[in-house]
Amino acid sequence: MTHQPIRFYQTGTFTVGNRLLAQEQRSVQAQAGRTNSLNSGHRACQGCGEALGARYAIDAAMDATNRQLVAANATGCLEVFSTPYPETSWQIPWIHSLFGNAAAVATGIAAAMRVKGRENVRVVAQGGDGGTTDIGFGCLSGMFERNDDVLYICYDNEAYMNTGVQRSSATPPAARTNTTMPVGSSTGARFGQGKNLPRIAMAHEIPYVATATVAELRDLEAKVRRAMEFRGARYIHILVPCPLGWGHGSAETIRMARLAKETGIFPVFEAEHGEVTNVSKIRRPLPVEEYLRPQTRFAHLFKPPGHPEIIARLQQLADRNIRRYGLLDTEAAS
Amino acid sequence: MLKQVEGSAAVAEAVALCRPEVICAYPISPQTHIVEGLGKLVSAGRLAPCEFINVESEFAAMSVAIGASAAGARAYTATASQGLLFMAEAVFNAAGLGLPIVMTVANRALGAPINIWNDHTDALSQRDCGWIQLFAEDNQEALDLHIQAFRLAEELSLPVMVCMDGFILTHAYERVDLPTQEQVDAYLPPYEPRQVLDPADPVSIGAMVGPEAFMEVRYLAHAKQRQALELIPAWADEFKRVFGRESGGLAHTYRLEDAETVVVALGSVLGTIKDTVDELRDQGVRIGVLGITCFRPWPTAAVRAALANAKRVVVLEKSLAVGLGGIVSNNVSASYPGSPDDVHTVVAGLGGRAITRASLRRVFTEAIEGRLEHVTFLDLDHKLVERVLAREREQRRSGPIAEGILKDLGVVAAKIG
Ligand SMILES: Cc1ncc(C[n+]2csc(CCOP(=O)(O)OP(=O)(O)O)c2C)c(N)n1
Ligand code: SF4
Ligand SMILES: [Mg+2]
Repeated sequence: MTHQPIRFYQTGTFTVGNRLLAQEQRSVQAQAGRTNSLNSGHRACQGCGEALGARYAIDAAMDATNRQLVAANATGCLEVFSTPYPETSWQIPWIHSLFGNAAAVATGIAAAMRVKGRENVRVVAQGGDGGTTDIGFGCLSGMFERNDDVLYICYDNEAYMNTGVQRSSATPPAARTNTTMPVGSSTGARFGQGKNLPRIAMAHEIPYVATATVAELRDLEAKVRRAMEFRGARYIHILVPCPLGWGHGSAETIRMARLAKETGIFPVFEAEHGEVTNVSKIRRPLPVEEYLRPQTRFAHLFKPPGHPEIIARLQQLADRNIRRYGLLDTEAAS
Repeated sequence: MLKQVEGSAAVAEAVALCRPEVICAYPISPQTHIVEGLGKLVSAGRLAPCEFINVESEFAAMSVAIGASAAGARAYTATASQGLLFMAEAVFNAAGLGLPIVMTVANRALGAPINIWNDHTDALSQRDCGWIQLFAEDNQEALDLHIQAFRLAEELSLPVMVCMDGFILTHAYERVDLPTQEQVDAYLPPYEPRQVLDPADPVSIGAMVGPEAFMEVRYLAHAKQRQALELIPAWADEFKRVFGRESGGLAHTYRLEDAETVVVALGSVLGTIKDTVDELRDQGVRIGVLGITCFRPWPTAAVRAALANAKRVVVLEKSLAVGLGGIVSNNVSASYPGSPDDVHTVVAGLGGRAITRASLRRVFTEAIEGRLEHVTFLDLDHKLVERVLAREREQRRSGPIAEGILKDLGVVAAKIG
């Protein structure tokens, strides 16, 4: 067997290469014994952020629960690419029922475990942004309100990807999707009021809410671990870029996620019982343009003569996040 | 133990005796008293360990039941009417996944116009959803069918719907024989799932299936339901052995010997039909009754045998296949050895319209005398309908239909009788 020589490196974020760390400090993904809960061989596109996010999150949840985990999955890319009958990538007990009911199915599983005296078995529900913010919203809110013992994970790729990239209520304004085409005088998805699920989850005052991106593995793993320290309803919203729907290179997934965070477009924070407890500061503030430009879903904003006024409005949204969460070192969280 | 109780209370007691582990509740008339009764029993600790979950919709009720059942718990819910449609996607899903959930449907009309009274349109709208559908004739049978339903569901790994007429049964105080816990335990063993979500033995449930195997999966669902046609009578026999009374089965016949005319129906209206048949029999009319207990799977052989010597069949149904006529009669026709022309559909009692002995006597007599149309609507106010049609011919903006009819009728309150 050939040995790879040890190299010290720094990956663009605060993350240091695992090899610099003691064994017990390494990420779950770096452990040889990680569960590979979502095993290789599935049918996701190259560079799929959702596949990455799910593997990170579920492996971390397995690690945190001593492998006593059951998952309920909403219809969507994750479900379709992971279980093409008769194959399955899931190494954990897993059920897919419908598009809009993952939270309720998880409630049922948790209730069954309680009745059976198996409360050590923990329950995760997971779905895409469509399955979470739109069609599954009623079931999710019900689960929150009852404070059922479920961790719900939303993999947000900002559109209905599995059906071919249509707008969801998590689609950002100005984005091109197949139902918000920038043709004629249209400039893509319109500016609405937004539907900010992490904040809606916080309004339920559930024990734990967090946002994360696939760019920061350790942060994501730590949040899943933290979520598992609570009983009751918990919500983690993970930004998972989708090369197909966003129109970026499949090697750009992590960079897109990092840019979303560093521009303030996607605030990364934690909240307990409705109060923000922790925010991930922006290291090097960047204008939103840096994030928008590499994605073809925003290409119409840059085609001459361009739409600086729309880019300015998007910048305002990012600035509001920066103010609201105190994402810059100089500002305090509000 | 004999007890004079409301039908809903009887059903709640029956479900309680079946040791449910997860109960999901979302209120809709006329189902409310059933889940209220169960909620009280759970709060009192009588069902421990049992989780009673107040969900935010019927869609969630069925979805929570799906999760609970897939995790190995005995799951129950109840609904009616709009609630059943609101959960329809999950109703099909529970059957497709093969989860033995038991659900009471307190049969009620479907809107619009919104109407809380009894007919069978709700349950029959779901006839192809893959659930076993049983219809109770009276409160004793409603109680008994629930006990049989859990047994059936778990043996077959299929969900079972027990249908009982809203208000007519759910809210009627009748004497019922409540079984003992020992009897129910002797009849219903603990739930042993065929598939279960368990970290010790991880499985994936609910995978995507393409054209290469979908037909086979659907065929298996069909085959299982046909298998139920043998198991249902067997468990009715077993039920009789343990509880000492006949209940359930595929169908009940009444005074069918030498009958030339056979009336077919589902549910509580069978009582009125039997009384009418008794009157006609007293006058020497050769008429009998076939009550369908098991609507899905459809008991083809039992119906065929019961109708073998009938010259004509009158299907009296509380449902309407709009644009066709009867739902039940369509099924009956397919199992009637004679000509479909001799199968008459009488749509009756929609939205709680009373079905009286006098009206039944009239249609049965018309049938016997060869004067009954192929499809008729019992006690339909033809003049009222004509007025609406005339108005629609005369003016484009004829207005909301139901409101127009009520105005013509000259009453504000709904007329049930
Ligand atoms: C009730 C219902 N409506 C619509 C669909 C079609 N559908 C399946 S997956 C999907 C898109 C899923 O989008 P999202 O939840 O964002 O997950 P993604 O695929 O983007 O990961 C849609 C619209 C469905 N399966 N069920
Ligand atoms: S379409 Fe997007 S979310 Fe779906 S598998 Fe491909 S990259 Fe992943
Ligand atoms: Mg999506």
